[in-house]
Amino acid sequence: MAKSGDEIVVEDPAAPASDSPAVTSNRAADVAVSLLLLAFAGLLGFDNWRTGMGWDATGPQAGYFPFYLSVILAAASLWGLAKEFLVRGQASGTFVTREQLRRVMQVFVPTLLFCLFTQWLGLYVASFLLIAGFMVFVGRIAVWKSLLTAFLFSLIMFVTFEIAFDVLMPKGPLESLFGR
Amino acid sequence: MEAFGLLVYGFSVLLTWKILALMMVGLVLGIFVGVLPGLGGPNGVAILLPLTFTMDPTSAIVMLSCIYWGALFGGAITSILFNIPGEAWSVATTFDGYPMAQQGKAAEALTAAFTSSFIGSLVAVLLITFLAPGIASFALRFGPPEFFAVYLLTFCSFVGLGREEKHKTIISMALGLLLAGVGMDTVSGQLRMTFGLDELLRGINFLVAVIGLFGISEILLTMEERLALRGHAASISLRTVLKVWKEMPRYWVTLLRSSAIGCWLGITPGGAIAASFMGYNLAKRFAKDKDSFGKGRIEGVFAPETAAHASGTSALLPMLALGIPGSGTAAILLGGLMVWGLNPGPLLFVEHKGFVWGLIASMYLGNVVGLVLVLTTVPLFAAILRVPFSAIAPMIVVSCAIGAYAIQNAMFDIWLMLLFGVVGYVFKKIGIPLAPFTLALVLGNRAEDSFRLSMIGAGGDMRVFWSNGLVGSITTLALVLLFWPLLAAGFARLRGGLINERKGTTA
Repeated sequence: MAKSGDEIVVEDPAAPASDSPAVTSNRAADVAVSLLLLAFAGLLGFDNWRTGMGWDATGPQAGYFPFYLSVILAAASLWGLAKEFLVRGQASGTFVTREQLRRVMQVFVPTLLFCLFTQWLGLYVASFLLIAGFMVFVGRIAVWKSLLTAFLFSLIMFVTFEIAFDVLMPKGPLESLFGR
Repeated sequence: MEAFGLLVYGFSVLLTWKILALMMVGLVLGIFVGVLPGLGGPNGVAILLPLTFTMDPTSAIVMLSCIYWGALFGGAITSILFNIPGEAWSVATTFDGYPMAQQGKAAEALTAAFTSSFIGSLVAVLLITFLAPGIASFALRFGPPEFFAVYLLTFCSFVGLGREEKHKTIISMALGLLLAGVGMDTVSGQLRMTFGLDELLRGINFLVAVIGLFGISEILLTMEERLALRGHAASISLRTVLKVWKEMPRYWVTLLRSSAIGCWLGITPGGAIAASFMGYNLAKRFAKDKDSFGKGRIEGVFAPETAAHASGTSALLPMLALGIPGSGTAAILLGGLMVWGLNPGPLLFVEHKGFVWGLIASMYLGNVVGLVLVLTTVPLFAAILRVPFSAIAPMIVVSCAIGAYAIQNAMFDIWLMLLFGVVGYVFKKIGIPLAPFTLALVLGNRAEDSFRLSMIGAGGDMRVFWSNGLVGSITTLALVLLFWPLLAAGFARLRGGLINERKGTTA
């Protein structure tokens, strides 16, 4: 007989509400991405045209292959744009709601700061700050638990990569204090 | 039986304490990644790849492929206990697996899922063992035009057979191929698309892109959703296992059919997701009492799991034999091969016998060990879900950053990873598939090289791609697949027209 004893329940009190207003629709996002891709294709196409997109004595030049790929990319983006404007009327889904965007920013902004801090303080200190900060401010987990988890994780990473596997990470003033 | 002898050799490469230990570590990490919400096969492999950078290639691939098997096993745990598919290919497993758990039969469902995954992989590995060496030695005769034709076939079949909107698949693929070309041109040595940035001279590293696209973007997407979950805890007793195994032979048709579907869709870029749904639907169609599906029928767990694993495993066949990955995860493993200094392609079977056969042997061993491991440790892994996501998310971010930096020791790559994370988030939300991008980015340079070498050899004559029967039929097949949706529509209209005509004459 199967033992289906206790239930596992995990709550998510800060979950985004389902009735949160939309920030943008999928159609708007689609059009924006298509336009960006079109511009990108134009930029790369121009660069490859400058490099040389034709043939010379040895065969296709360096820009030949990517030039035609930029043309394909541009054509596919235009196709997408045309489709968005021709197939009008039907409802398009929500790309992101305000609450969802808030939650995404809750991860994205700390990640951005983490990358910045990695440049100045080294990866391990930045990692400690990111994990501790995220757990305390976003997860609302007890401070001592957060600090301990962050410290242990960063330490384990340091031991695993720097010492056991010899994979070197960017380091900052703290590590140089210990002479590493 | 040459393959058999080589397989024994493979096992001899494998049976060292170091490799066996790495295998266990890989499996545990893999199951861990598979169970965590929002992480899965490709993400797990991409994030954990840097662990292997300083290992020798054989240990590295054994550990990585074990992470992959572990993730495949782990995906089933959350599908059955929590109704949350850890992976897209586990969605079909929830149809009958979760109802079984609700009826108090969670242990049976889990045993069924793990065992059928094992069978699916086993069939696929047998296929690899006996088919891959043949294909590889055949491919040794390929010249640049043949290789370009095969690459073309891969790309075209993605566009023609994929279920996403066509222009979005093309966008994804063209973007991948373009970014693969950034940096120094391998044929002429000229710089291109660098815009004077020194950091771009190295090119855009495939693994950095993958870590961003799959790791970071997945964290962003997961945060968007409601993270509360409610499910069943379960442990599996030996009695349950034996009971399910005794029942199993009755479903041999389903198991065989799902394995076949899985292998086929794994080798062609159809993928595990399509395979699991197809396996489920066909089992349902051929069943006598169709209505019992979706209400906790054990066959409804067998069918999709077998197909998904057969597909996930056989995706490694074209990667080993031809250097062309059959899935996103296989593409990442291929990227790993390059980091370890191996040149993927048919020559692997000749030049790195120990590596290839060690990998194949590890597929057998890894699946057996994995099966035992998951059957005994389910309660532990289910408990991982109690760990709050706000602790796991930053740890994953840190692991991603370590991975991205370690590849080339470049801070620029961490920023690039972040950029790709945002791109992946947006692309996933508006339905631009990421698998073609991954494939294009990893194959881009070799596809271009083979094209240019063919052109140089033929003096710029495009007819080189139809110059002999082999290359001609591959190229033609590629074009047929590219326009397959149009052709299929044309056929349908033609047939419809004929039927109408016939109706007209008989009426």
